Amino acid sequence: MVNRLVFQNLLHRPIRTLLSVVAVAVEITLILTVVGLCHGMLEESARRTRGVGADILVRPSTVQAAMAVSSADMSEKLVALMAARPPVELATGTTVQMLTSNLQSITGVDLDSFSRMSGGLKYLAGGPFEQPYDAIIDEVWARQNKLRVGESMPLWNRNFRVAGIVESGKLSRVFIPMTTMQDLLGWKGKLSQIYIKLRHKDDTPQVIAALKADFPGYNIYSVEEFTSLFSINNFAGITQFIRVMIGLGVIIGFLVVMLSMYTAILERTREIGILKSLGASPAYIVTIVIRETLILAVLGIGVGVLFSFGVKLLIERNFPILVVSLHQEWWLWGGLIAVGGALLGSLYPAFRAARQDPIAALAYE
Amino acid sequence: MSKPSTIIEIADLEKTYYLGRVPVPVLRGLNLEVETGEFVGVVGPSGSGKSTLFHIIGGLTPPSSGHVRVDGLDLAAAGDAQRTRMRQRTVGFVFQKFNLLPTLTAGENIGIARDIAGHMDYDQAHFQEILGLLGISDRLHHKPFALSGGEQQRVAIARALANSPKILLADEPTGNLDTVNSQAVLAVLKDLNRRLGQTTLMITHNPEAAAFCAHRMLRMQDGKIV
Repeated sequence: MVNRLVFQNLLHRPIRTLLSVVAVAVEITLILTVVGLCHGMLEESARRTRGVGADILVRPSTVQAAMAVSSADMSEKLVALMAARPPVELATGTTVQMLTSNLQSITGVDLDSFSRMSGGLKYLAGGPFEQPYDAIIDEVWARQNKLRVGESMPLWNRNFRVAGIVESGKLSRVFIPMTTMQDLLGWKGKLSQIYIKLRHKDDTPQVIAALKADFPGYNIYSVEEFTSLFSINNFAGITQFIRVMIGLGVIIGFLVVMLSMYTAILERTREIGILKSLGASPAYIVTIVIRETLILAVLGIGVGVLFSFGVKLLIERNFPILVVSLHQEWWLWGGLIAVGGALLGSLYPAFRAARQDPIAALAYE
Repeated sequence: MSKPSTIIEIADLEKTYYLGRVPVPVLRGLNLEVETGEFVGVVGPSGSGKSTLFHIIGGLTPPSSGHVRVDGLDLAAAGDAQRTRMRQRTVGFVFQKFNLLPTLTAGENIGIARDIAGHMDYDQAHFQEILGLLGISDRLHHKPFALSGGEQQRVAIARALANSPKILLADEPTGNLDTVNSQAVLAVLKDLNRRLGQTTLMITHNPEAAAFCAHRMLRMQDGKIV
């Protein structure tokens, strides 16, 4: 019977109910989208790193974090030294420069060795570099920046011609000739990263051990190990950002639910008095408010999950370089967070209702 | 013939409310005894303390001082939880403004009283008989706004009786009704008291109404029975 009362209360004020549900949904959408964006971008970076086809990655000692990209601190000569080892089938170096405008990177490659290692870029339009100021972009970058083959794109105050558009999934979204990048950025003879492909993948641990012994001071990882570092937990800044956004979401949900339930119990003062005259205990009154809040929260969570799929579609359609990965695990966490925030928001109204003097409540007009 | 037992015993009852820090005495040394099964009419001018007396007997508010015993429970010493339990099982209220929950149907309004009391055992056939006496058996699926005033008050009476309380407290039950509905409600209260043997206290401004129903009539003035 109390559930019937709770449902009828919610239906009695549909706009207030709808607004409360939408507020919780916005909270859930905010949490799922922010977390999904962080997960998605990291997973996409890891996927593209694996797409290189290498088994081992060598980075300068100055670079610690997985996503950190240096200037070029390693000598180009290292590539030949590493490639000369018997277990190594192929080694190739790259130069990488992060674009601060969109957190994407421009990668300088030796297209011949990079193509041999990765199995070759799959061209959707155009073809390989033909001149020093040519660029190859992936389909996502092309869509994001509305670029076609033959058009120019500015980089470092130079105009690069789009020579080819390729399928995404191999290392970078924008490739330019490595020598051009070295010239432009003053990195002559220097590299940012070296990728090594082994004849037998199973030799990876031994080769890494040998490389570490021979080249102390470099960060040398298996690609599996390196890509496993692309996790939210390994990026303090991202973790803090997510916490801040979750906190904002919880505050939104908390405030809206509190306001909604507070106005609801004010409006129902007389009804609370009636229930008390029938012998309703404070716990009974609190239960009504809590159940009402839980229904709002559960509905809001459901709508929020749907909203987050909508937001994902919107983001990926309008900003193709952004990847939103909606993890089901976070539906649960987001849901628990939203329920927690909503329950916190309902506590004051619930206890205020429970403490109502029945005589004053019955006299309320 | 055995002597009826006393179900309500009140001695030197005082109740004082405060407007800010200003004390406002409402009941001033009231004494009353009501026997089980008695129908008592309470009349008196506004402000004489009739409703406050009901609120104390019904456990909605504690007395300021004095002795109040209802069905064996000392209300001067009882805590909130005890008074809450008493409202669930010992007393039923009927109000002038009906006080039905607007979002529930008539049947649900009655059902929630049972739910609050923890689904106490009750005689379904007996309750159906009461609904028949009240003439609302076919109105249980309607919400209050779809019922006439008389029907709403009869639903409120059914709700008050849902847990078979020993005492029915009716505060101006006909105050919002026209003459025809007033007479019908009074007849129902009188009939229920006769059939169920429930102790009934009814506040009314209308001495004729009290005379029609009550075994005994009390007049209140300035917080006392005169």
